[in-house]
Formats: sequence, structure tokens, C-alpha cells
Amino acid sequence: MNPATDRLIDTRGYIFLAVLSAAAVLVPILTLVIPDESAFAMPPYLVALFGKYLCFALLAVALDLVWGYCGILSLGHGAFFALGGYAMGMYLMRQIGTRGVYAHPVLPDFMVFLNWKELPVAWWGFQSFPYAMAMVLLIPGLLAFIFGWLAFRSRVTGVYLSIITQAMTYALMLAFFRNDMGFGGNNGLTDFKDLLGFNVQATETRVALFVASCIALGGGYLVARAVVTSKFGKVVIAIRDAESRTRFLGYRVETYKLAVFVLSAMMAGLAGALYVPQVGIINPGEFSPANSIEAVIWVAVGGRGTLVGAALGAFMVNWGKTFFTGALPEYWLFALGGLFVLVTLFMPKGVIGLIDQYKVRRASKKPTAEG
Amino acid sequence: MDHSVTTSLLYLDGVSVSFDGYKALRGLSLTLAPGEMRAIIGPNGAGKTTMMDVITGKTRPDEGDVLFGGTHDLTKLDEAQIAELGIGRKFQKPTVFESQSVDDNLLLALKAPRGALATLFGKPAPDTRLRIDQILETTRLKDHRHRMAADLSHGQKQWLEIGMLLAQDPKLLLVDEPVAGMTDAETAQTAELLRAIAVDHSVVVVEHDMTFVRDLGVKVTVLHEGAVLAEGPLDVVSADPRVIEVYLGR
Repeated sequence: MNPATDRLIDTRGYIFLAVLSAAAVLVPILTLVIPDESAFAMPPYLVALFGKYLCFALLAVALDLVWGYCGILSLGHGAFFALGGYAMGMYLMRQIGTRGVYAHPVLPDFMVFLNWKELPVAWWGFQSFPYAMAMVLLIPGLLAFIFGWLAFRSRVTGVYLSIITQAMTYALMLAFFRNDMGFGGNNGLTDFKDLLGFNVQATETRVALFVASCIALGGGYLVARAVVTSKFGKVVIAIRDAESRTRFLGYRVETYKLAVFVLSAMMAGLAGALYVPQVGIINPGEFSPANSIEAVIWVAVGGRGTLVGAALGAFMVNWGKTFFTGALPEYWLFALGGLFVLVTLFMPKGVIGLIDQYKVRRASKKPTAEG
Repeated sequence: MDHSVTTSLLYLDGVSVSFDGYKALRGLSLTLAPGEMRAIIGPNGAGKTTMMDVITGKTRPDEGDVLFGGTHDLTKLDEAQIAELGIGRKFQKPTVFESQSVDDNLLLALKAPRGALATLFGKPAPDTRLRIDQILETTRLKDHRHRMAADLSHGQKQWLEIGMLLAQDPKLLLVDEPVAGMTDAETAQTAELLRAIAVDHSVVVVEHDMTFVRDLGVKVTVLHEGAVLAEGPLDVVSADPRVIEVYLGR
């Protein structure tokens, strides 16, 4: 109904997709084509680092979809990210085969170490890439469905919902720490060898994963954008702003919330699956509540309810984290906490909000300058 | 069921609601004929808003019958189901979707499939534009259609909410204090708007403003302590000594 705001890709979206496309083209050239001794050559570790940021950005877009548009402040989105990561990790473990320390053809090293004789049922099928990819989406989606169905139907909202999402990820962390869960316990899954037959350590594979992450982020953005610009998206925003009004108009609020929550969880799962081969490990620490809270800070810094802002916030905060943890490691948490306070107090709409404000101010100055 | 049950659009009989021991409604009985407009008055705490909550499914009564159209038991349905049956509600405080345009507010309210799949993949009905234009005309909001609802004046928000009710095309409209905080001119315009709506809808208006109720010129029900105290034309009701004592005379 409103041609200016209902376009699938607005100006901001075009810039975002252009930058992503440029990165997907330039990074392979800078890393693989340009000779290593050239000043423009990109070292492989940077490819993996930026690839990791892209996965965080996709997680941020997923979180923005539920928080920024539907008002569901999930403090447990890291759980969906980690579950997607574990599904990918299980595929990668099954690819190791006889190259493991114990050279068992079927069982991963940690199972041999624990003296297990058979592959647990949960691990069946993970030698197949398509099956593992389906699980990357289905497992987080299913958890979100069950959790959301119980929570939204009982009309748990606001801070109570945030607390139980936090409890959810914490409970999963404790569960995954246990060896008898069968997911590698404390150490998690690591020592990956190859992905679809390519060595995960190879620069070419890293570049390919980087490009895949660019595509996933761009695709995730477009899906999220298609959702929020549809009439469905207007209902979702209506739920955020006046839930009971929406209900009295005859919309089944819990169905809408559930749909958005499940979609968002699946996007987070995909982000986690791309993250694991790029960092080379997945362990229960990824379920840590602090990770989920950090993701909320990325979205707040970039600007909630803008999608592009969420991705931008993930980049900025993580770049800051890389810098701080290298230069002043003991101050990073203070910096992060301080950033959150500053953003909440002075930039309620994040960096994107600041840019918009600047534009409005310039636009309002123009006529006075002319007149 | 007696004859009156089947012919009245809304039928409340012996409805009681209590919150933590406080009896908000004590055996409230009320019937509304199809096409009727009714004003409900009563002092604070008389149970007006609780009555609305019971009819729209927000609150479940402890006892009593609430029937819509003689057949639907509203005590068994939730808000969304009751809204789908054709009962629209306007809140006491204007409640519109602040961060969306006036147009989009009406689009959301407009009678159309409410399911998630329909809104995600469905195309709007061909007459959508026309129906929104008509409502904008009726509610005098045509010049404001592209503004954010948050930027409207208080009176305009009230009209937008009434417009959203119209867009739902309900059989029954429940309107809670539509003129609270309005200027005299706005109040008169709102009375005119409601009278126009009442031509082809049944309307229940809860209001404190006596001038406004007089402007409406309809049958009045006086609530007091969760039950009906008196019912009839405003002049008759306002002459009733019990009404004067609890409400008008204060």
C-alpha cells in the first residue's frame, strides 16, 4: 500500500547487496589471484575472520527479524546458531573416517576414547551432506517450534519470555557439556579434515566458504525483507506495537509469532553451520548465554528493525572485539558493556538511526540555505 | 431458550466476574436487538470495561451466558474467533498501530483472510483500494493517509480507530469512551460519525460525556456495581432517583 517503504529492496538494501557482491568477487581475487608478495594480497586468516563476521551478521539479521519487527527479545538465539553448528560439525566428524587418531572407520575419536561400540542414533545419516544440511535447518526450526508453541500459546511475553529463552540456551549448554549426550562433551567437535571432499584448511576452501557466507547473508536478508514488506510483515509489526489490538482485529497472534520465530531460528542455524568449518571447532561454549546477549548488542548498535543495521552492527562490534581482545584484552567486556549503555541512552535506533537523523537534518537545512 | 434469545444480536444473562474477590460484574443481564445503537453509562468501577472484556473474550465470566446472534457462546471462544464472528472493539485509549501509515492501519483492519499464509503469499482483493478510500472519506482522514498513525492528533487517532472498526465490517461495534479528551467540535463530529455507522451496524457505546450521549439520542443502559440499574431513553433514566443518587447527582 505504501510504495516507498514496501519495496523489496530499498536504497539501503541496494548498497548492502552491492557491498556483499563486491566482497564475494574481490576477496577471491585478492586471495587467490594476486601473488602473495603483492601489497594487495589478502592473507587467508583475514578471509576466515571476515567469513566469521558474515555468519555473525546473518545471526544478527535473524535476531532482528524477531526482535526488531515482532518485539520478541530472544536472549537465546545463540542456541539455534550452535545447533546449526553442531549439525555441520557432525557431518564434518563423519568425514574424518580412518584419518582420526584411533582410525575407526565409523566412530569419531571421542566415542572410541569413551569406549563406545556403536554410533548413537542421533549421529545416523550425518555422513550424507544433504541430510546434514536438512538438519541444519530442521533441528533449530523444530526446537523453535516446540519452544515457541508452548510460550506463545501461553502468552508469555516481554521480560519473562527473554528469561526463558536465556534459560533454554543455558540448559542446552549444560546438556552438551555432558559426555554421555554423545556430542563430544566439553571438547565439542573439532579436528575436521574435509568438507565435500575439499580440505577445510585449504585457502581455496576458505574462500569458497567466505563466498557461501556472502550468499547466505544476502539470501537471508532478502528472505527477511520479503517477509517484513509483505502484509504478513505489517501484521508482525502490528503485534510488536499493539498486541491485543491485533488480536481484537481477528489475527491469531501466536501463529504469527511462531512463524517468525521458527524462520529466524532456521536462519540462525544456517549461520552456525557456515561458522563451524571456518573456525574449525564447535563446543558447548557456543550455547553460552553471553553469546546470545552479545548478538542482541550487535542488533542494538546497528539499529533494530532495519535488517541492514543488524548486519552492520555485527561487523562493527566484532571488529571492535578483534581489535580490543588483541590490544587490551582485559578491557573488552567493559567496552562492550559501555557500548550497550551508550547505544541505549543516546542512539535508540543505532547507527542506522544516526544516519537517518543526519539525512533529515541536511534535508531540512537545504531550503533555509536557498531562501 | 426463550424467544428473546434467538432474536437478539447480543444476549448477556446473569454474568458474573470477580478478580481476586472483587466482584466486577454481579449478574449483569443485557440484550441488544440487531441494528440497535445503545449507550452504556455508569460511574467508574460500574463494570463497563469488564463487560466489554467479557463480550470480546478477553475475560472469561465465572458464571452466566453470553450469546451472539442467538447461537454463538462467546464464553467458549477466544479474541480472534470472536473478532472473526463480527464483533469489533475500540479501546478506551486510542490504540492504533503507531509506526505504520493510516493506510496500512486500515489495510490491516480490512475484512480479509487473517491466516499467516494468506497474508504472506496472498494478493489483496481488487476492491481493497476502494474500500480504504471510502473509510478515509467517512472518517475525514483522506488528507492524512500517508502519515504515520503516531503523528495524528488525539481526535484523529480516535477516528482512525473507529475507521479500523468499520474496515472490519463487524455486525456489532463496541466503542469505549470515543470522545474522551476530544474538543467540543470533535465530539459533535464523532456523534455524527457514530450515527452514520449505526445506520447499518449494531453499536454499543460506553461514555461518560452526557452531552455526547444526548447527541446520540438512543436507548441508555445505566450500570452500577456490575449490574443494570436502569434502562430507557436518557430523559427517563436521568429522572430516576436511584440513577441520580449513584451517578448523575454527584
